[in-house]
Amino acid sequence: MANRPQDTAGHNSPGLTLHVPEPHYRPGDAVDFSHLTVSEPGAQPRPDEACPAAETHPLATDLIRVLGDDNQAHGPWNPRLDAETLRTMLRHMALTRAFDERMFRGQRQGKTSFYMKCTGEEATSISAAMALAADDMVFPSYRQQGILIVRGYPLVEMINQIYSNKGDKLKGRQLPIMYSSREHSFFTISGNLATQTPQAVGWAMASAIKGDTRIAATWVGEGSTAEGDFHAACTFAAVYNAPVILNVVNNQWAISSFSGFAGGERATFAQRGAGYGLASLRVDGNDALAVYAAERWAANRARANGGPTLIEHFSYRAEGHSTSDDPSGYRSAQEREEWPLGDPIMRLKNHLIALGEWDEGRQEELDRACAEEVKAATKEAEKNGILGHGMHHPFRTMFEDVFEELPWHLKEQAAQANKERRIKWPEREGEQ
Amino acid sequence: MSDTAMTTATASASATAATASERRINMIEAINEALDIMMDRDPDIIIMGEDVGYFGGVFRATAGLQEKYGKTRVFDTPISECGIIAAAVGMGAYGLRPVPEIQFADYIYPGLDQLISEAARLRYRSAGEYIAPMTVRSPFGGGIFGGQTHSQSPESLFTHVAGLKTVIPSTPHDAKGLLIAAIEDNDPVIFFEPKRIYNGPFSGYYDQPVQPWKAHTDSVVPEGYYRIPLGKARIVREGEALTVLAYGTMVHVTEAVCREKGVDAEIIDLRTLVPLDIEAIETSVKKTGRCLVVHEATRTSGFGAELSALVTERCFYHLEAPVERATGFDTPYPHSLEWAYFPGPVRIGEAIDKVLAE
Ligand SMILES: Cc1ncc(C[n+]2csc(CCOP(=O)(O)OP(=O)(O)O)c2C)c(N)n1
Ligand SMILES: [Mg+2]
Repeated sequence: MANRPQDTAGHNSPGLTLHVPEPHYRPGDAVDFSHLTVSEPGAQPRPDEACPAAETHPLATDLIRVLGDDNQAHGPWNPRLDAETLRTMLRHMALTRAFDERMFRGQRQGKTSFYMKCTGEEATSISAAMALAADDMVFPSYRQQGILIVRGYPLVEMINQIYSNKGDKLKGRQLPIMYSSREHSFFTISGNLATQTPQAVGWAMASAIKGDTRIAATWVGEGSTAEGDFHAACTFAAVYNAPVILNVVNNQWAISSFSGFAGGERATFAQRGAGYGLASLRVDGNDALAVYAAERWAANRARANGGPTLIEHFSYRAEGHSTSDDPSGYRSAQEREEWPLGDPIMRLKNHLIALGEWDEGRQEELDRACAEEVKAATKEAEKNGILGHGMHHPFRTMFEDVFEELPWHLKEQAAQANKERRIKWPEREGEQ
Repeated sequence: MSDTAMTTATASASATAATASERRINMIEAINEALDIMMDRDPDIIIMGEDVGYFGGVFRATAGLQEKYGKTRVFDTPISECGIIAAAVGMGAYGLRPVPEIQFADYIYPGLDQLISEAARLRYRSAGEYIAPMTVRSPFGGGIFGGQTHSQSPESLFTHVAGLKTVIPSTPHDAKGLLIAAIEDNDPVIFFEPKRIYNGPFSGYYDQPVQPWKAHTDSVVPEGYYRIPLGKARIVREGEALTVLAYGTMVHVTEAVCREKGVDAEIIDLRTLVPLDIEAIETSVKKTGRCLVVHEATRTSGFGAELSALVTERCFYHLEAPVERATGFDTPYPHSLEWAYFPGPVRIGEAIDKVLAE
């Protein structure tokens, strides 16, 4: 390295500059989303489910939409669901929203440590889950409570988990909302981002190895697509043509970081899939019909051995990241009102009304019924206790399931914990 | 225990005498101040991490720094801990001095290859041509009902790696001085911040209200630059009955237990695990003849095992009882049973009794 070569970077050229992404709006800013290209509902072609992946790639920069401003369903992606199915979908979404409202309040009232809402993103899990078979395996992130609601997981069980009480099937071990239900083909949720994405691919590979007919679907936030796990998932899915659907929920924000910090300024998230050779769709995530249609397209394709699809659900995180977050510190409150793709529940409701299959009175009735159902489930779950008031699983359960069997050192530690319990909480005799 | 603050003040060896002009700040403010001072002194220092820029970090440790130093010196990153550490390696190779933040220690694992195979070994494998002068800050430890992904104490994964330094402060005063020394250090430093004591020391009694740092003399933090050298422990309290080795949150829990039990313990806050202040440990154990190690991390292959081995190797003929460990249990960090898991006053108290009994 004694002499720099003659052609060193020119000393006369201007200095380089670093680009650091900046969101369009910060707190207090007036919001105008007119820079977002919102495609015409019904205008996107629907390729054959068996098409070469490349044929979907124009859709990775488009936006598949079905529901128009006229509240009617348009174009080839219209899934033509009957009114009863649409009402069921609406009900799942309304119930999920009512559930989120009450659980959020429960956390504020000190009944648990943490909660996360999916407000505004209900269609991305509910319509998608309805497009899958009930026994297709799902690997969700932490914001897909809607899937459990679609699959009929009891609200009381969800609340027991959230309260970490003695009724919690997961024995109070996990942070609230980190559900698991093998019975509902719902994988145990991890707090470590994007880990589930390549796991879903592995499950799908297993299903193919065994000649099964079930497929896998997974959900990940747009921010989390920056993790290496996501890229491992895309590579494995493409290499083995795995029967898997990779759902990327682009709700624009990852805590305080906007999608630009995941690369959203340069390319859509659906385009990531195109780079790996995956079929790739970009869908209006607040359009319940478009979400259903895209997910069904991908499910049919995967089930027919046509391989993986990446779906970007373009949506908006209408509320804070979690109960630990206050978004007024980093984004403009106006964003939610101005969001050009509206609210998924309102849009589906208005569609049903336009079809003559629903009215405001029935909606009010539905909302009331959902609130009542959640309230009743809450009361029921509270009988099993709330966090931090002693009604938890017995102390010995802390040492179970670390391994299949307790090794000597965990037996010793369990004895120690029990001894400490007698000193710390003598009133809880019999709970060992 | 009504006058905790007073007792702590008299017990604390490093306590500064209270004066009217003294300035008391919490640990987050101390960390923020250290970063600010170093950014101001050295234009090669950059800060990056998830949500650290405009927002100032989920614990507010970098608040105000982007506004002050600009977006190319304090910026948000993609959610990729691997990318954050790797970029810091590259920036270090250029000649910058990056101070990346990993939002929670529980999320550092995707960055391990870059830390263990790369940052830790650059100096060695290039015979000093390349170094990794980065300081990786990360909140760690439990006691906040954070469940298994916001509570872990993975320090021994790092102390096991040749080429990494590991630093854990236990007071605002130390956090500032140690962070400055870590940033100035030319080797990669893992700087774990005990998040349970960001806002105040912790006695181990979770059902008692948090004592704010303002009530504790170790929150008296001088303005401006000062450093606490890496590898120097702090004698929290001098005593004769036994030596207790601790760091982070457990320093305060141990102090409270000894106070409550009236045990004349010599409590050593290690402050730096690698390099370790072996002299302070040896001197103390040879004096007391008894030793207890306290940490929140899981027991098996925890740093306590290393400490216990060192003390046994070096002080064997001075020991009057086997070295004991009071630690977290060997399970993932539970949610609802957090206070049964946490090595609190009962576990530590029992361990003290055991060391003293023989
Ligand atoms: C490996 C890892 N790094 C960091 C975090 C902390 N964290 C939790 S959620 C989150 C933001 C995720 O954003 P996104 O993927 O967009 O999902 P969203 O919350 O918007 O649904 C971050 C950084 C984590 N849980 N895991
Ligand atoms: Mg997001």
